[in-house]
Amino acid sequence: MRTLPVLLEKEFRLFFRSPFLPKVVVLFPLMIMLVIPWVTTLDVRHIDVAVVDGDHSRTARRIIHKIEASEYFSLRGVEADYAAALRRLEAGEVDAILEIPYRFERNLTARSSEPVHIAANGVNAIKGSLGGQYLAAVVRESIAERIRELGGEDSAEGLVVVQNRYNPTLDYRFYMIPALMIMLLVMICGFLPALNLVGEKESGTIEQINVSPVGRWSFALAKLIPFWVIGLIVLGLVMIVARLLYGLAPEGSIAAIFLAAALFIFTMSGLGLGIANRSANMQQTMFVMFFFVMLFILLSGLVTPVESMPRWAQGLTRILPPRYFVDAMRALYLKGASIADLWVNYAALALFALAVNGWAALSYRKQL
Amino acid sequence: MNDREAVISVRELTKCFGAFTAVDHLSFEVFRGEIFGFLGANGAGKTTAMRMLCGLSYPTSGWGRVAGYDIATQGEEIKRHIGYMSQRFSLYDDLTVLENIRLFGGIYGLSRREILRRAVGLLRRLGIRGEAHTRVRSLPLGWKQKLAFAVATLHRPEVVFLDEPTGGVDPLARRQFWELIYEAAAGGTTIFVTTHYMDEAEYCTRISMLVDGRIQALGTPAELKCRFAAESVDELFRRLARGAKRAQE
Amino acid sequence: MKRVGFWAFVRKESLHILRDPRTMLIVLGIPVVQLLLFGFALSTEVNNLDFSVAAPHRSEAVRQLVERIAANDCFTFRGYVDPQQIDRELRRGRADVVVVFADDFDRRMADGISAGGGEAGGCVDDGRAAVQLVFDASNPNMAAAGAGYLQRLLCAGNAPGAEVEMHLLYNPRMKSAYNFVPGIMGLLFILICSIMTSVSIVREKESGTMEVLLVSPVRPVGIVFAKMIPYFLLSCVDLAVILLLARYVLGVPLSGSVAGVVAISILYLLLALALGLFISTIADRQATALVISAMLMLLPVIMLSGMIFPVENMPGVLQALSCAIPARWYIEAVRKLMIQALPFSAVVREFGILLAMTVALVAVALHKFNDKLE
Repeated sequence: MRTLPVLLEKEFRLFFRSPFLPKVVVLFPLMIMLVIPWVTTLDVRHIDVAVVDGDHSRTARRIIHKIEASEYFSLRGVEADYAAALRRLEAGEVDAILEIPYRFERNLTARSSEPVHIAANGVNAIKGSLGGQYLAAVVRESIAERIRELGGEDSAEGLVVVQNRYNPTLDYRFYMIPALMIMLLVMICGFLPALNLVGEKESGTIEQINVSPVGRWSFALAKLIPFWVIGLIVLGLVMIVARLLYGLAPEGSIAAIFLAAALFIFTMSGLGLGIANRSANMQQTMFVMFFFVMLFILLSGLVTPVESMPRWAQGLTRILPPRYFVDAMRALYLKGASIADLWVNYAALALFALAVNGWAALSYRKQL
Repeated sequence: MNDREAVISVRELTKCFGAFTAVDHLSFEVFRGEIFGFLGANGAGKTTAMRMLCGLSYPTSGWGRVAGYDIATQGEEIKRHIGYMSQRFSLYDDLTVLENIRLFGGIYGLSRREILRRAVGLLRRLGIRGEAHTRVRSLPLGWKQKLAFAVATLHRPEVVFLDEPTGGVDPLARRQFWELIYEAAAGGTTIFVTTHYMDEAEYCTRISMLVDGRIQALGTPAELKCRFAAESVDELFRRLARGAKRAQE
Repeated sequence: MKRVGFWAFVRKESLHILRDPRTMLIVLGIPVVQLLLFGFALSTEVNNLDFSVAAPHRSEAVRQLVERIAANDCFTFRGYVDPQQIDRELRRGRADVVVVFADDFDRRMADGISAGGGEAGGCVDDGRAAVQLVFDASNPNMAAAGAGYLQRLLCAGNAPGAEVEMHLLYNPRMKSAYNFVPGIMGLLFILICSIMTSVSIVREKESGTMEVLLVSPVRPVGIVFAKMIPYFLLSCVDLAVILLLARYVLGVPLSGSVAGVVAISILYLLLALALGLFISTIADRQATALVISAMLMLLPVIMLSGMIFPVENMPGVLQALSCAIPARWYIEAVRKLMIQALPFSAVVREFGILLAMTVALVAVALHKFNDKLE
């Protein structure tokens, strides 16, 4: 352990002397924070709609008018029949078709109407299903209004009131920004230590260390600590960006956020180190890393919610460290949860950190 | 050599990789202050044997002591008392000369002041005082090798292991490198060196010839030349290596 | 003579890869695992909401409503909570929504029914609803969709009948595999081709063996192509495996022209290889090549290509930026061909763009590569 400060000094010097690492560590998070929040919205707008009006009634006109007026839709035209509308959908000009059947209004008042038919392009499942749902909501609203006008029975919608907590404006970016922070930590604290260690393996300098009396733990810690520091600095940086640029400040305590992040960073950097220890060359290391990173990013609830996954996949996410961090981070950032609320997540992260780092240090062998 | 104190002693040292016996029952001793040349063709088992002596690899069977410590059980103790320089140049390219010295001095537990004192002497001896703050990457190969040797002996180890230290440099740089080795040996450091250059073998106190993982000849260069009636170590080497069964790479 | 030399190099490169079982396993195994995992697991559909109920009186009416919600596949009942505990329940993530019944819920329901449907709206005259849905809206998508479902469920008795019928064309059961398989293909090929080739070329540069190769009678360009051919062949194997898995395991229809999918995929493979070559000309060290590929390619492909987030939703600048990402065009084309079953003529534009990108990349990369040799 006495050699640790000397080794640390070396690691920091090499990091700052690298022609591109310091730049990557600053510019990459900035780029991600500036660009990606604008991308990650599931708030579907600009849905191109074609209407097939077989009814030509006031109800039909009201529906068409509502579509035109809504910012969610762009009315791309009223087609004579479904086949013509379908051709436009196939050509990619419209995303959804709304077909109002013949004598719709008349049958409506008689309560025996043939339904309004919505066909949405399901190739992009998100856009298709959300767009279809929005469209359906517009139609229902128009019909309810029309029925009221006609003196019919009212819907009971007023009976139910929805209150959206923690994100009252339903801004999808607020949901994604904490996740993006995690994505950054996954990439920076996972890849960089792995690259660092394999680099020493390939250049042969690691052999010089192996014949010296440097202990296993000093060696592993000297490799890990710089990336812990870098990870926490990056986190601080992106939190400031989130505050200034998107007006998103954490509801929960900043200390709690950093504690969770530190546990997670320990895990990621330990994983990177362990994989590098076990690999023969860079190609292998990074392919295995890519495997884990993709798994982490796509399967831990970062981009698609864990709740939407099938049961077996939900079970699988329980062994992924970022899942607990994603959960905790969103709860801390948006819901103002406390460590006590999230003790399960903290416990899981701490467990992962211990296990992974133990494995990483043990997998570093000086002898063969 | 009046005080015949063995710094390295090895009995029946063997290393197998599966069915392949890389090092086959080696027994020899190296005495304090000697320059011990460990010669052999590629694949003869030199590097494998050396890695065992440095505590980088465990022997399959046999027994060995380096600087008074058992190679099978006290690898970490051995590491405190040896220096090592491999054929792959192994200082950090992106650190300066002084930073490399500080790093390795620190690893062996020298105090900052002591490191600085030794560094100054070392740079003067190598004649590269002006290069203290140059990154190692930009030094010529000959200088790098001399520097690597100096760093490997910075903590005054009892034994220095040199694995083909002079590959790829010109004869003049090699000559200078060997002067450093003599100097260290004169100071009481034992040198254990493998090499391909048979002219270098002539500089050694004693040499051993490794063929197919076994020692075929061991003695001073003069003794061996006499015993095998060879003109030079080179001729001796070629004669012995011809008997090798292992394919040479 | 030159030909012979070229094929000797190809053989050398192939042997390199074949003799490294770990790399082989990785190149062939990882795509399969990921395709299956993501094909089955990824979904943005809101189909699994946990709800708790806060009700001052657990009357028969309340119980009936709760049962009605719990009977729905989308909702899982997590129990009754104290009205004071709603925030805590949501913060700890035990429930996604708390259904809060007003204390006079029974009376209002009775009023509403006795006064006739027409008067039901009058129940909220005093500004307080009979039922309040308190959502954890940190995931806005889930909150919005959940609110829609719940409102319909709660009002099912009173609302006018189902005048709206919706279905998703090409993907009637809303399987997310349809959505994600083309995206995963776009991602994997970039990963295998670009990253593997760039790293293997840079590795030779770094270790100095490139120099040895360059003095051989094979032209430098030949050496580089020789490196790419084995990766190309491996990727073709991957392509075949992925298509078979998508068709027979994930049940993606693959109803359109298979030849079209294969053709555009091969073009995309070539593009990815050219990209790898390009990276190798700008990176001097493996670590640099990796960081460029990982950080500058992996993330944009996931985020900007439309794989998960629709391109149409992005602000104009980013839509323009996404045009520069090959995966965007590839994914679009594959979706059209595989899932919409459109004829090849529908993707001529995408094909053209990818072709132009490939040609441009190869030209730039070769130019830079030859430059470096000077």
